[in-house]
Amino acid sequence: MKQTTTINLVFIFFGALILLFIIAPLLGMFLKTTPETLFETAREAEVRNSIWLTIWTSLAGTLFFAIAAIPLSYLLARYEFRGKKLVTGIIDLPVVIPHSAAGIAILGFVSRDSAIGQIGSALGINFVGNPAGISIAMAFVSIPFLINAARDGFSSVPVRLEKAALTLGASPTRVFFTISLPLAWRNILSGLILMFARGMSEFGAVIVVAYHPMITPVLIYERFGAFGLKYARPVSVLFILISLSVFILLRWLGREKK
Amino acid sequence: MLTVRGITKQFGDFSLKNVSFTVNQGDYFILLGESGAGKSMVLETIAGLVKPDSGAILLDDHDITREKIQHRRIGLVFQDHAVFPHLKVRENIAYALHGRKFSTATKKTTVDAVSRQLSIDHLLDRRPYSLSGGELQRVALARTLVQEPRILLLDEPLASLDNRLKTELRALLRSIHHNGHTLIHVTHDYEEALSLGTRIAIMDKGTVVQEGSPENVLLHPQSEFVAHFAGLRNFFPVTLHTQQGQNWAQTGNLKINLVTEETRSEGYILLRGEDIILSNDPVDTSMTNNFQGKVTEIVLSRYGNEVTINIGITLHALVTPGSVMKLGLSVGKEIWAHFKATAVKYIAR
Repeated sequence: MKQTTTINLVFIFFGALILLFIIAPLLGMFLKTTPETLFETAREAEVRNSIWLTIWTSLAGTLFFAIAAIPLSYLLARYEFRGKKLVTGIIDLPVVIPHSAAGIAILGFVSRDSAIGQIGSALGINFVGNPAGISIAMAFVSIPFLINAARDGFSSVPVRLEKAALTLGASPTRVFFTISLPLAWRNILSGLILMFARGMSEFGAVIVVAYHPMITPVLIYERFGAFGLKYARPVSVLFILISLSVFILLRWLGREKK
Repeated sequence: MLTVRGITKQFGDFSLKNVSFTVNQGDYFILLGESGAGKSMVLETIAGLVKPDSGAILLDDHDITREKIQHRRIGLVFQDHAVFPHLKVRENIAYALHGRKFSTATKKTTVDAVSRQLSIDHLLDRRPYSLSGGELQRVALARTLVQEPRILLLDEPLASLDNRLKTELRALLRSIHHNGHTLIHVTHDYEEALSLGTRIAIMDKGTVVQEGSPENVLLHPQSEFVAHFAGLRNFFPVTLHTQQGQNWAQTGNLKINLVTEETRSEGYILLRGEDIILSNDPVDTSMTNNFQGKVTEIVLSRYGNEVTINIGITLHALVTPGSVMKLGLSVGKEIWAHFKATAVKYIAR
């Protein structure tokens, strides 16, 4: 900063307060958890299973829905059409509605009485109280992050490059897979990580659709309800540590190679 | 042979209006016009990137107006190259070979051959971000040539290059043309047009206003855009001679001194009308081009009086009405015309 003015000092003060506001509760929780309790918690099968379940249901939901979400992002980035504003509004809807309400909506959508539920039953899947239902609930609330990031990525790919590829004899499908997708990949990856992260941390929508099998956010809530703060804390710390490690690993894998 | 017939396209405020021209096999065809005249849009229409509202495009008598872009085999080199930034030079060049029935070895041989022809064989493993503008232009050309296009479209290929690179790339484009390729080259630069074109079409405000050989188009301008080129009426095909460091251009029996670094002997000279000085008697100055001739016409133009003098070739001098009075100029009068060697511009073909 070139010049320290009064207003800058005020801004720095407020900035520090906000950082403290984010760090202090987390730090407090970490400090109150001893390595021994953390280690003991990590050895509990119930905890380990729930963390594993949380990771793979979120990952599966992210990858499954990405197959349709990425092409949609491409359409939104490349074409103007009547009702486009409405479509983008619909995409952002899961972000603004209460997640418990979203859970209720999904439950109605996948329950045995619904068309999807009946198709599932015919295939031997009951979405309610099932990892598939968890994945759907997670994807519902987190998919806007992927679509918006991928759309920004495709928008940043110059249309000229796609046109050049067409004049070189490539089909539109090949242009998408060899030009548009690789050039938008960094944004898409970032969107996938965000969607995955948001899915893992989802509580409200998932608890309505599936209390069991228990994902970690539900497990934390249950331990808090049944045994109190002291028992919920180590699971929370462990889950945060594992989540952080996963995201750092993913970011590292997706880093720009010079 | 490519025939563009009555192409019309509305694009916001701009429109292409009844654009028609014919490019013969082996032509180096120039679309010359100011920016915004619609030249690039014509190229994109031929390539299939823009669908015309009406009109037709025929390639070897086959209507390709509605043909898919990827099936046309028309090469287009974009003004800003549009080299794929995430692919190596080799992968960029090989892009057009995908899906065609070539073995990996054949593909490699093809890429190597084209890159040698364009002198970029040392860049094959580089990424585009590390290349200069001239190198990118060559990669874009190589990538297009490798698909053996039936016709090659170039959008302002020399616009972003410095003079040295321009000369190099002109030589390269000439050699591509001599190898039998048919080219359509879009430019706003009449020097480029004269230097490379075997045929020229002038575009203005979305339509083709004139088409013909370079001599024909520039000596008989049918549009203000062409007529606007300074001194364009003093435009003569010549052969260049050099002796003991001195250059002169020969046209008929006339020797015109000039200064140029060009070495190619076939070309044109251009001389601005306002650079010609008239006098009733021979004068002793540093000017090395001094010719006597007869005034054949005096016409009032928007830039002054245009005095036409026959000195063996027809010279058009631009003078003020005051000078016409002072020298007592009239049709039939013998007069001297003088101009400096450095005022003569030589454009090699």
